[in-house]
Amino acid sequence: MPMTTDSTPYSGKNLPAGSPNPPDRPVPVAGESLGREAWRRLKQNKAAMASLWLLMAITLACLVGPYLLPWGLAEVDWNAFNVPPTLEGDHYLGTDANGRDLLARTLHGGRVSLSVALVATLVSLVIGVLYGAIAGYLGGRTDNLMMRFVDIMYSLPFMFLVILLMVVFGRNILLIYAAIGAVEWLDMARIVRGQTLALKRREFVEAAHALGVSDRAIVMRHMIPNAIGPVIVYVTLTVPKVILLESFLSFLGLGVQEPLTSWGVLISEGSDMMESAPWMLLVPSVFLALTLFCLNFLGDGLRDALDPRTR
Amino acid sequence: MLTYTLKRLLMAIPTLWIVITLSFFLMRIAPGGPFDGERKLPPEIEANLMAAYHLDESLPMQYLRYMGNLLQGDFGPSFKYKDFSVTELIAQGFPVSLELGFWAILLALLIGLPLGVIAAIRRNSAVDYAVMGTALAGIAVPNFVIAPILALVFGVLLAWLPAGGWNGGAWQNMVLPVIALAIQQIAYLARMMRASMIEVLGSHFIRTARAKGLSETKVILHHALRPALLPVLSYLGPAIAGIITGSVVIEQIFGIPGIGRYFVQAALNRDYTLVMGTVVFYGALIVLLNLVVDLLYSALDPQIRYDD
Amino acid sequence: MLLTRRALLGVLTLSSSLVALPGYAQTLDLGVMGELASFDASQVSGGVWESQILMDVYEGLVKKAPDGELLPGMATDWEVSEDGKTYTFTMREDARWSDGEPVTAEDFVFGWKNMLDPANASKYAYMLYPVVNAEAVNTGDKPLEALGVKSLDDGRTFEVTLNSPTPYFMQLLTHYTAYPAPRHTAEEYGDSWVKLDHIATNGAFTPTEWVSQSRITAVRNPEYYEADQVTLDRVNYHTTEDRNAGISRFRAGELDILRDYPSSRYQWLKENLPEATHMAPYLGSYYYVLNHREGRPTADKRVREALNLAARRDVISKQIMAGTFLPSQSFVPKGTDNYDVQTMELGDDMDARMAKARKLLEDAGYGPDNPLTLQLRYNTSDEHKKIAVAMAAMWRPLGVNVEMVNSEATVHYQTIAEGDFDVARAGWIADYNDAENFLTLLKSGVGNNYGAYSNPEYDQLLDEAATTQDAEEREKLLEQAEQLAMDDYALVPLLYYVSRNLVNPELTGWQDNVSDDHPSRWIGFEE
Repeated sequence: MPMTTDSTPYSGKNLPAGSPNPPDRPVPVAGESLGREAWRRLKQNKAAMASLWLLMAITLACLVGPYLLPWGLAEVDWNAFNVPPTLEGDHYLGTDANGRDLLARTLHGGRVSLSVALVATLVSLVIGVLYGAIAGYLGGRTDNLMMRFVDIMYSLPFMFLVILLMVVFGRNILLIYAAIGAVEWLDMARIVRGQTLALKRREFVEAAHALGVSDRAIVMRHMIPNAIGPVIVYVTLTVPKVILLESFLSFLGLGVQEPLTSWGVLISEGSDMMESAPWMLLVPSVFLALTLFCLNFLGDGLRDALDPRTR
Repeated sequence: MLTYTLKRLLMAIPTLWIVITLSFFLMRIAPGGPFDGERKLPPEIEANLMAAYHLDESLPMQYLRYMGNLLQGDFGPSFKYKDFSVTELIAQGFPVSLELGFWAILLALLIGLPLGVIAAIRRNSAVDYAVMGTALAGIAVPNFVIAPILALVFGVLLAWLPAGGWNGGAWQNMVLPVIALAIQQIAYLARMMRASMIEVLGSHFIRTARAKGLSETKVILHHALRPALLPVLSYLGPAIAGIITGSVVIEQIFGIPGIGRYFVQAALNRDYTLVMGTVVFYGALIVLLNLVVDLLYSALDPQIRYDD
Repeated sequence: MLLTRRALLGVLTLSSSLVALPGYAQTLDLGVMGELASFDASQVSGGVWESQILMDVYEGLVKKAPDGELLPGMATDWEVSEDGKTYTFTMREDARWSDGEPVTAEDFVFGWKNMLDPANASKYAYMLYPVVNAEAVNTGDKPLEALGVKSLDDGRTFEVTLNSPTPYFMQLLTHYTAYPAPRHTAEEYGDSWVKLDHIATNGAFTPTEWVSQSRITAVRNPEYYEADQVTLDRVNYHTTEDRNAGISRFRAGELDILRDYPSSRYQWLKENLPEATHMAPYLGSYYYVLNHREGRPTADKRVREALNLAARRDVISKQIMAGTFLPSQSFVPKGTDNYDVQTMELGDDMDARMAKARKLLEDAGYGPDNPLTLQLRYNTSDEHKKIAVAMAAMWRPLGVNVEMVNSEATVHYQTIAEGDFDVARAGWIADYNDAENFLTLLKSGVGNNYGAYSNPEYDQLLDEAATTQDAEEREKLLEQAEQLAMDDYALVPLLYYVSRNLVNPELTGWQDNVSDDHPSRWIGFEE
């Protein structure tokens, strides 16, 4: 008795919500109309739009803010250790145990956290989408082998892999990006493969085949664009995951090197002081929580906007 | 079904073998060894240690020795915790993680799924935003912040529950760690349930059911719930594996004797045998859970049998 | 006050729930910072928490009083030969293992051989190297029987022969490397003698339960020769890796003693739990290793002096570490027995020091056109990080670029042992109360001499001290050696460690001391 939707035993596993079901009807090849339609629908979603604006505001603050502040990232104020937030001096959000301005560090930390998230997600996106689309499209033995490899990667404890990568490559921030991305692509590959498998049997792909369009062109022009909806949704899920993973690594002491910092590092430092210096925990936590909130609402909004069946 | 199950289990053997081999060599690439520490050991002592643990042999030789022992079910002694074998450590810690994880998953399902359904029914309303906002708070705060806050508030300030310790698995000692473990899962499950419920509610057969004049409650409970649970189920397989293998954060903060810490500490300590033990154990668990999920999947989704 | 009362309340409820014994039963809940590696002293990994547990369940020839002074233990009496090389111990008549077997000199012979047997690969075997042939036995060059220890008079006398007079030998005997091992159970059970089902111990307590990574329970050993003077009925050692969580558990009354707390919490604890918060000088030195290897900027003495001049130890001690470390300008910590520490002459006027430091760097060829760049390595820890950040900020005004590299202990120590650094964080806690224990770390060719400092004169002074029997003369030689290293700016001495403990004020028998050893044998609750 066949147990799964297709002949291989891989489908249906580990797919996050909203992705595995094949689209009801062939979506026209990614055109402006699809994007415009989605954008129109997204604009109607107030929570998603508010999140989008707030997210942009936070990003902007992290990018520009540090240039406007009186204190730098590594600058020590020898007269102000552990100062609580105040409007009187120029440490508006207080200082840390080393006398460094917390607002400056939080904004700088945001740059690191956001860029870690962005780059790691991009790495996982590129690997995952290509891998999944190729496996799904080629099918048969190749697909079997490729998904076997994904299975093997899944069976390795995630933390073990990440720690090993961090240890082997040192704490170079670029390598942190790559390391996290290199481990995060598995889900993405599965999703894309599932979508591709479903799309492959649709008329328009078969038509393209019959017309003699090359495999490469079919994957690039038909498969990937059509799988884009679930992929975008999954991206908005991956970004928060990566930010939290970075903070967990910081808790283990495997975070970025001083004097660089990140929200994860700041929160982990602050959590030790939550009773005596609560601001050290609160300031970075608020930034992190707001960002994650926004990403999640935006993700939900995008999912709704991109799903052809929902109104 | 039995043949299918057996086939899947057989297929797991090469997978596990590759996982073991990969981990074995990856671990050796990492700089530092199990005996590098605060103090540099005199060379003669280091030589004794290397000889005692066969680390002075060539890497392929060590690999063969390890595989040989493994085939006899011997995971070897831990390099760090010397009074215990790796098997003993996992056998002692896994039931604890399993028990804690079981309650955490149960709690997460009981709270997360209904929240998701409610949010989906009242989509884009104030209720939806309130429910999802609360659930999201669980994802937005790292658990190494939540756990000490729980211990501080309920263990120290209110003094309702123990702030830490395992105490043989007394329920009082379990409440806070279970909550700390469940909070994140509640948020994930609620989100996922909401999304898949919305998708199902928009589909043809639900519209048909509604058109037939069935009450909304009936539509949701009898027709929508089952298919909506499918994606949640796929998520649960690996998620359960993650939860029942413990969490290093929760275990360290609450002083719980689970196995979660081994995944992190063994790698950081270069406790080679313990690392390999956890890898083999985790790999086997994943294979098993994926099989269970697939079997459940076919039970829940009748369509699967018609396809192909 | 409120907290203390609640803490007490918690103690009562917890101990009654754990122990179904009559009301007089006393249980001590002790938070230790890590997991014991083994009850076999030869397999221990070297954490301070391990010596706490082992000293409660085993006893050497001598033991420690609450203030850290030596008291007779398994030996009631001892004599030293005139050349200072032979020690003869008279064994205690009523000393017994927890299974009732007598403790004899044979058990010490067995224990020490166990420690030095190359097959056991003990990490700390070198502590016994002063004993004749110990090193040769440990490297496998000589059979175990060649070791210079003897059991005489049917095990009533234990005789040790040393390579040379070793003034700190009696101090060494309190270390767990010098504990006996139960020969009779080892013969009966083989390697599994150490498992809790078979274990016999000769200390005030004996282990009964071990929940890995969570708790070890030991109960009073009824066979202990002073069992009637031991107040506690049982001790629970709770593995408490997260020190902040440990504070919560202490405040909730689940722990009576917490054997360390983070420096960042000291101020808060002092204000909120003043009676429970203990801090005392500790024989440990926190320093930055300077790399003397050729090609490193720190091989230049002027650079080393400049780095020392710019380091404001008092700021680190008071502002950054909230008083939980003491500023230091010597390598050997203050409080070391029979020793006056030798300090670096750096001056008090900070402006003058900075001016001098700038001049020195300029002389060494560094300036705006050729800035000095240093790699500072430290191992992962909140405290090490704060100190490194402060040091980098103190050196920056000299025009020094500091690149901070943080890695886990395993990688950190391996890297600096290979010499791949300019400045590196290191620390040393005394194994025994003697200046030699520290000064050896700067001897040429010693593994722990990470900076590869090498001064023939220094080496000669230490060698001379090692064979000098006269205590005063030896002290003078050691002091000369330290002064030499300080004049060479061989390293950056930064801080002296302090011991930090949270102790339930209801406990009696606790005394802060420089070795931070607190055998549970002396501790109890007020009746």
